[in-house]
Amino acid sequence: MHRIASGLLGGLALAALAAWAPSAHAADTIKIGFVAEFSGAFADASREMDDGIKLYMKEHGDTVAGKKIEIIRRDTGGPKPEEAKRLAQELIVRDNVDFLMGFVVTPNALAVADVITQAKKPTVIMNAATSIITTKSPYFVRVSFTVPQVTAPLAVWATKNGVKQAYTMVSDYGPGIDAENSFKKAFEANGGTVVGSVRMPLTSPEFSAYAQKVKDLGPQAIFVFVPSNDQPTQLMKTFAERGLTTSTIKIIATGDVTEDAVLEQEGDAALGLITSHHYSYAHDSQLNKQFVAAFAKEYGALRPDFLAVGGYDGMAAIYAVIEKLKGDVSDPEKVMEAFKGLRIESPRGPIVIDPETRDVIQTVYIRRVERVDGKLVNAEFDKIENVKDPGK
Amino acid sequence: MTHLLGVLFDGLAYGMLLFVLSVGLSVTMGLMGFVNLAHSAFAMLGGYLSVTLMQRAGVPFLATLPIAFVLVGAFSTIFERTLYRPLYLAGELDQVLLTIGLVLMAIASCAYLWGTQQQGVNLPPYLFGRFSPFGIDLGYYRLFLIAVGAVIAVALVFGLERTRFGAQIRAAVDNQRMARGLGIDVNRVFALTFAVGSGLAGLGGALAINMVGLDPNFATKYLVYVLLVVSVGGLGSVGGTFAAAVLLGISDVAGKYYVPEAGAFIIYAVMVALLLWRPAGLFGRRV
Amino acid sequence: MATPITTDPRRAIAEPLRWRWYEAAFWLVLLLPYLLFPTYLALASQIAIAALFALSLDLILGYAGVISLGHAAFFGIGAYFAAILVQRWGWREPFSGLLLSGAVAAAAGYVAALLIVKVSRLALLMVTLGMGVLLGEAANQLGWLTGGNDGLHEIAVLPLFGRFTFDLYGRTAFLYAFAVLLLLFLAARRIVQSPFGLSLRGLRENAARMPALGTPNRRRLRTIYTIAAFYAGVAGALLTQTIGSVALEALGFQRSAEVLIMLVLGGTGRLYGGIVGSILFLVARDQLADMNPQYWFFWIGLLLILVVLFIPGGIVGGVAKLWTRIGRGS
Repeated sequence: MHRIASGLLGGLALAALAAWAPSAHAADTIKIGFVAEFSGAFADASREMDDGIKLYMKEHGDTVAGKKIEIIRRDTGGPKPEEAKRLAQELIVRDNVDFLMGFVVTPNALAVADVITQAKKPTVIMNAATSIITTKSPYFVRVSFTVPQVTAPLAVWATKNGVKQAYTMVSDYGPGIDAENSFKKAFEANGGTVVGSVRMPLTSPEFSAYAQKVKDLGPQAIFVFVPSNDQPTQLMKTFAERGLTTSTIKIIATGDVTEDAVLEQEGDAALGLITSHHYSYAHDSQLNKQFVAAFAKEYGALRPDFLAVGGYDGMAAIYAVIEKLKGDVSDPEKVMEAFKGLRIESPRGPIVIDPETRDVIQTVYIRRVERVDGKLVNAEFDKIENVKDPGK
Repeated sequence: MTHLLGVLFDGLAYGMLLFVLSVGLSVTMGLMGFVNLAHSAFAMLGGYLSVTLMQRAGVPFLATLPIAFVLVGAFSTIFERTLYRPLYLAGELDQVLLTIGLVLMAIASCAYLWGTQQQGVNLPPYLFGRFSPFGIDLGYYRLFLIAVGAVIAVALVFGLERTRFGAQIRAAVDNQRMARGLGIDVNRVFALTFAVGSGLAGLGGALAINMVGLDPNFATKYLVYVLLVVSVGGLGSVGGTFAAAVLLGISDVAGKYYVPEAGAFIIYAVMVALLLWRPAGLFGRRV
Repeated sequence: MATPITTDPRRAIAEPLRWRWYEAAFWLVLLLPYLLFPTYLALASQIAIAALFALSLDLILGYAGVISLGHAAFFGIGAYFAAILVQRWGWREPFSGLLLSGAVAAAAGYVAALLIVKVSRLALLMVTLGMGVLLGEAANQLGWLTGGNDGLHEIAVLPLFGRFTFDLYGRTAFLYAFAVLLLLFLAARRIVQSPFGLSLRGLRENAARMPALGTPNRRRLRTIYTIAAFYAGVAGALLTQTIGSVALEALGFQRSAEVLIMLVLGGTGRLYGGIVGSILFLVARDQLADMNPQYWFFWIGLLLILVVLFIPGGIVGGVAKLWTRIGRGS
């Protein structure tokens, strides 16, 4: 008897704890719900994205066209569609946000598709890199990149520069498989041959077996894709340990492998590595130099990387749209129209939002890892402009 | 053939790392019957300590290893005294939950103190690279790992078999009540063993950075591997842990080399099968 | 639970099954969010699903004493099966989908139980952990079936009773989850207070003694394990149907650990413990993560340690003790 009563008391007490009224929406505030994976495996990536957002707001102020911008941050705790959807619902229904933004990983972005369609909420994707995302709702806009978008140009560039054979090594998950497929498609379409492929599990960054295998095979080139957290450093070190980086085998990869934040740790192992990506910390433009300097001032020794740029440019896009509509974002269709065809000068270079797909069109750079002023950077030496997402 | 030898070498090195990470847990679990899921959190702490010493105080990598061992070992005694002791006689569930709580706090603390990004290690140049007799790649760091693992294994076995303290540990593992009856201060034995075991975990964490990286999620990522090694090897058995760690390391590397499509799947399948066949572990005495 | 000492065994069994007024009140209170917190219904239905999952764990942990670190396996199986039913086989009827998913999870539970009853203590922990991790890896490998890392999305079941669709506010989802939770709770309540349930408690307290009473230990364990797996599978399927998506985390170690924490916070062996624990855990996470997304781990870890050290019976157990003490004091 007591047991049940105590259960009742407990339940009552806790229900009372959660007594918050839905928040009112002041007429001169524009609220943006920022959904990312602040705890768990993608905590670092979310932090980078957040740093980019905060920096933009610091530089450009938190008022646009007379409206104050309020960011509400929510943590999904990792790749959890359940959380992403619930948070999106709550941000829309309880906090009455005008925009949603963020999303480091694809499953969370996909999970909110039907919510934002139902609620007609413009949502800016700042990182999740699978092609199909923007097709799942007419309210998705992406400012970051897609894996095929940065992979296919690399494959084409490789064939134009004497690479005829390649062995692909990717991580065994969505974006990795995307990379493998888009590389293969573009490579073979331009006369190359993929001589073998392997998918490496994400769980433990222990690559000795894979490095050994590729060394035994001795292909002309290796194409690599691993996500940019703990994998690249271990992979490159293992390669270097086996002499793969100094052998005649050409190693090419997407920029995730030489991501600016981890590049220094990879050390000399990464020297000479050729990668393709949309952003390099060493990009030679006035805007980027300012961006890097401002970032260093705010956040110290941590370098900005493509995640920070995704956050930064996402805010730039939102600000531009609010300006364009003179502060009136009440009509979601008008907001989406304002996004379409939007041009932004980003620290990475110029970007345009494709009016048909709402995805980003940008320049993909081919870079080589070099030591400049004692630091390792991705030095851009070639570029392919106006690259659309080949997945569409 | 050289492929096989190369795989064996790499697997052995990985296994040695797992051994150093797990042996402390095996001994303390066998000794105290305490399910300490926070063991890998101590390893993580050792890793961060090593990184901090290298980056802030310019301590050379090799010197950070014994320091990590001693400091983590000492630090762990605080927890042993205050949190673990009250639960020695409690059920597995309470121990599991307490230590999961510690792991959560450890992850958050490390994220707070050191940030969420990957940490790197500055290896001395002589540990980087490889030499290749007969076409087999023998990486210097891996050789180093094997050497360290072997030394620790020998030291532990010697310590357990030949020293008085070791005899006391073995007595307490076999029959605690009897050991107390003989006047052995079992609590002191526990405390010291726990310190050594956690210190070894800290050492393992520092060694692991160059192999598998370090970030605040290290504690949960490697918990599963450590638990698998300990339960397959058998509690309280240094030799068993050694065998299980090497087996795990080799089957992981071999699996990835020969059957890459199955990937990580193989380890878990092998381990679950082994456990079902021998629930007390390969060399275990009591569960 | 203080049952009056009686020499009539039928009374002893029937007594705890009677509905108390405060039990009914508890359930009515749980319905309150629908009226009082209309913008919190997404969280409320998440809690209801977690509560059902915690309830399923209580059946094996609280009543049969089996500690599992891999219970999410059954939750995940139910979740994925519910998705596959819709996506691959076009079976969109929700209620039957729920039952079928539960049944598949139950079958998996039965198979697992065959192995699990043979081990105990540490080996049990490891085998359950291993099975959970194994299944997670398998799901990752079988990307063509499970959507791999991206998961499966756009799982749209037919409107409930032909009329109620899952709306933006989460009203339908909440009522659906609540109803399923209540129904299965009632069934569980019946089960644990039955002679079968009592024998389970005997197993938990002293497994060696039970055969002396003629109890087929292993068979009982297998049965309750299968039932628990069914409950977990239904919870998983509920998640898929209400959210419309499923991802690898449904099977993961984190989910197994979280449900264990929720149950222990609330209190094992009391059926209501899982519900209370889920409310506490998820509300705390929602509020704490708001303040500081990365560091809520710290507080929940601390709370867990405090509960283990000082309130071993969980919230429900602790309040029960308090109640008894107050009752005795006055």
